[in-house]
Amino acid sequence: MTTVSSGASSPHLHQATSVALVMRRVLVALVPTLIAMFYCYGPGALMQWLWAILVAHAVEALMLRWRGLPLQPHLSDGSAAVTATLFALAMPPWAPWWLTVLGLVFALALVKHAYGGLGHNLFNPAMGGYVFLLLCFPVAMKAWAPIDAGHAAPGWIESLVRLAGGASSMADGYSGATVLEYTRTQLRAMKMLSEITAQPVYGMLGDRNAQWVNVAALLGGLWLLWTGVIRWQIPVAALAALFLTAAAFHLADGDRYASPLLHLFSGATMPGAFFIATDPITAPGTPRGRLVFGAAVGLLIYLIRTFGNYPDGVAFAVLIMNGAAPLIERHTQPRILGAPA
Amino acid sequence: MTLPRHAWRGGVRVPRHKNLSNTEPSRAPPLPARLIYPLRSHIGTAARPVVGPGDRVLKGQCLAEPDSYVSQALHAATSGTVRDILDYPVAPGDVMTASIVIEVDGEDRGIDPWPSLPADADGDAIQRRLTEAGVIGMGGAGFPSHVKVREGLTRTVRTLIINGVECEPYITCDDRLMREHAAEIVAGARWLKRAVNAGECFIAVEEDMPEALAALQAHPAEGVTIGTVPAIYPAGGEKQLIKLLTGREVPSKGLPIQAGVLMHNVATARAVYAAVVEGRPLTSRYVTVTGGMTRPGNWRALIGTPVSHLLQEGGWRGGDQRVIMGGPMMGMALCSLEVPVTKVTNCLLVQEAAPAFLAAMPCIRCGECLRVCPVQLNARALYEYSKAGDLDAAQDLNLFDCIECGACAYVCPSHIPLVGYFRAAKAAIAAAERRQRAAAENRGRYERHQRRQAADQAGSATASPLPAAAGEDREALRAEIAAAVERVRARRAASEPPDGERGGPA
Repeated sequence: MTTVSSGASSPHLHQATSVALVMRRVLVALVPTLIAMFYCYGPGALMQWLWAILVAHAVEALMLRWRGLPLQPHLSDGSAAVTATLFALAMPPWAPWWLTVLGLVFALALVKHAYGGLGHNLFNPAMGGYVFLLLCFPVAMKAWAPIDAGHAAPGWIESLVRLAGGASSMADGYSGATVLEYTRTQLRAMKMLSEITAQPVYGMLGDRNAQWVNVAALLGGLWLLWTGVIRWQIPVAALAALFLTAAAFHLADGDRYASPLLHLFSGATMPGAFFIATDPITAPGTPRGRLVFGAAVGLLIYLIRTFGNYPDGVAFAVLIMNGAAPLIERHTQPRILGAPA
Repeated sequence: MTLPRHAWRGGVRVPRHKNLSNTEPSRAPPLPARLIYPLRSHIGTAARPVVGPGDRVLKGQCLAEPDSYVSQALHAATSGTVRDILDYPVAPGDVMTASIVIEVDGEDRGIDPWPSLPADADGDAIQRRLTEAGVIGMGGAGFPSHVKVREGLTRTVRTLIINGVECEPYITCDDRLMREHAAEIVAGARWLKRAVNAGECFIAVEEDMPEALAALQAHPAEGVTIGTVPAIYPAGGEKQLIKLLTGREVPSKGLPIQAGVLMHNVATARAVYAAVVEGRPLTSRYVTVTGGMTRPGNWRALIGTPVSHLLQEGGWRGGDQRVIMGGPMMGMALCSLEVPVTKVTNCLLVQEAAPAFLAAMPCIRCGECLRVCPVQLNARALYEYSKAGDLDAAQDLNLFDCIECGACAYVCPSHIPLVGYFRAAKAAIAAAERRQRAAAENRGRYERHQRRQAADQAGSATASPLPAAAGEDREALRAEIAAAVERVRARRAASEPPDGERGGPA
């Protein structure tokens, strides 16, 4: 499929592609992940997403107006929806409404538009907003799933009440832990992996809940690869680096270092590798640069998870490497045809 | 025997649209009312007219002679009267260029062909014949063929490549030519090979040109390998095809001969045959006329035919569609349809759909431009530097290695006219260099003026403008003058846009 381009300069043909199409494809690829979130965490995840979409478009429209840019075609380019979706996936499903507002205002107004808007931001907006909340509201950001398997996820009404900011008394019931956090605290309490992996928080692959989110993200990511929206270098390098590092530590001491499989299918590994680290705006564009960038992200994820102060390291790892992306690109320019050998 | 394949990086699959125009045999259009011969329609200096207004000319008669080494002869494609030599719009850019205009008389009387060259003619004789016949590269660049042959006479040619890889969408003139004149192309290739004493000779066509391949293979020749290359755009690019077939790379900013390669288009090979064996100058070529019209196809068009004549024959009724000279990837949109077909015009494309307005969005740095670039340039960074006016940085990232194939802009999701930015940046750098050269010349002139004044004031007895006292100075000055003359020659030979240089009536 091609379209005829309007410019007087050649080429006069154009592949039928656009920024909006790229963003729409990313959103479609995120549908399985959203469904998995709904399946694992109940309606709260969906409500959080809808609320984020609403807020993100309002903030985006406001910023565009402020900067004197037309809402068309900028608001409908899909970039705000992608940021909102990635942000909502990272948020605890039962976070109150104002937390999402704060995070998205930070993400879009400061991380994105203050740097010049679409295409110019140095850092991934969704992860910037998420980390901002993680640093400023650490307790509220812990409202994940109940660790007790017998505990059902909150229903529609309950989720809505919690999104509206009420029912803080229920906080205890739901301030559960992810497998990464649980493993970390237990290990720090000098327990051995063989003692704790029988806990219901462990699933077949990784986290009892997050494993399905990771599987869904993997499927969506593979589809993105197939359609050519993303290229293989970043996800492959990130997953390989994480897997190999985890495997090395696990082989050295299986009682203190979790298995590589757990790392691949817990936390935000797959969404991070396929959807966040691959954000082209904040990653290097050269093939070798992408390999370096991806591998560094994978390694950092492991180091932060294992030796850092946070149970998951995807957001931090991506943001740190975002800062290094321009430098990496500069030093990984491809050899041009006819360059001296 | 198949051709070697050393993969080059980049490239993009583009829709072909070839069977719109390549199913019917080529046709000869009726004679146009007039023919236009721009004296400067190619690389190098303008040709020097040898006819004047009112002169009767016959088919094949020389109209203009090469003015320098890098220049071409022009010949009348049919009989008629020279109406005038005047400024006429010429593609690309509809630049007004001094042109010989011939009123066609319809009798189509011609001069006798030259005798064929003997089978044992040497490279010099072949080179002279090609100069005389006005044979230039018909693949697009229009580099005089005799210059390439001269290169091959003075340096070692390991590989001669005859390029039938017509990789642009829509264009099928070489395809049809190969199907209809395969024997002459192979014979022309053998003459070229012998002229430059090439070690090997490849004739390459694209994978999806089975008819052309079969036609060529029906004329096997010793030392000539005929085969296919993958149909990925721009497989027919000079540097890409050389890499694919030889594994060697033309150095950045260098010439194919530096990789031991000479490349000629298939149409050029046939023109070589016509010049050397049939004794005819280059006065016609295959032109694909295709797109939104009732009778798309290939025409054996006379050089100098106005574009409008061919479009009418193709059944285009006119309209607001864009008319492109060349293919959709690298061709130029025409403003005037009175511009003539030249020796390098391979296609006239009427776009079927009216142009859709695609507003450029910000670059999302997806890197697809870099992925498809057949030179592996970082198009995204080049775009940023070009846009910001950081021309030094753009040159550091090898801006001048861009072949303007358009693959980057073709895949850009933000619809950024990347090639347009690169052309503008190249033009800005060239303009800055011209200014710098002019400033240096002025400075030299001023310094000499100062020296003369000083000499005058010192009461020198000699009236010579050259300071007679200092012999060394005199030598230095002579060298400087010689260098200046060289510079002017080089500049005139270079492919700069016509800057006021006009060939008037002889």
